Amino acid sequence: MPELTDITIDKEIDARGSFCPGPLMELIRGMKALPVGGVLAVLSGDPGSAKDIPAWIQKARHEYLGAFPEQGYTRFVARKSH
Amino acid sequence: MEDRMSIIVYSGTVDKLMAVSTLATGGAAMGLDVELFITFWGLEAFRKDAYKSNMRISKDFEDYAPIMMEQMIAKKVPSWMETLKGAMEIGNVKIYACSMTMELFDLKLDDLEPVVTEVTGVATFVERAKEGRMTLFI
Repeated sequence: MPELTDITIDKEIDARGSFCPGPLMELIRGMKALPVGGVLAVLSGDPGSAKDIPAWIQKARHEYLGAFPEQGYTRFVARKSH
Repeated sequence: MEDRMSIIVYSGTVDKLMAVSTLATGGAAMGLDVELFITFWGLEAFRKDAYKSNMRISKDFEDYAPIMMEQMIAKKVPSWMETLKGAMEIGNVKIYACSMTMELFDLKLDDLEPVVTEVTGVATFVERAKEGRMTLFI
């Protein structure tokens, strides 16, 4: 997994305060809107996201760049592969 | 076997409808076709605009109703209908209204929320559900 400082984020969505399945929905919508090769970050405070977000990224065959914990939330980063 | 999640939506209380819409979203997100068969109080909940004023909660937890509604507003939890519309936006979600309940309550497709796909009988639902991966009754 790369370091957060090595990644250029093209778009960041703040889904804090939104609960399951909210942050995942934001990620799916955000991915749809992003051009191929773009990097999306979603901020989530929902404990379900830690498993749900990587599971969806794998299922949708995008590239998971990692989960980066912050104070009270996590920044999930992925690159759109197709 | 097909990648399909079928849900029989029998209940019309907000807590159970939230479970329906959340599960439908999970199914749609993970690439399953999702089919809801709405019947009895579940169908009643799909009457046009009914979701806007529906504050019903399961009888066995009715003492929680005020606090739950309060929390939903405070935490800006989207309504179950909003969540369901989100599921329809990201995946293949179809909603079938039970023809028997439609007769019983004297309803036409036009009386229901536009998210409802069509009216079908139980046999059609069962026939399709048997080919699917999972069937839930809520």
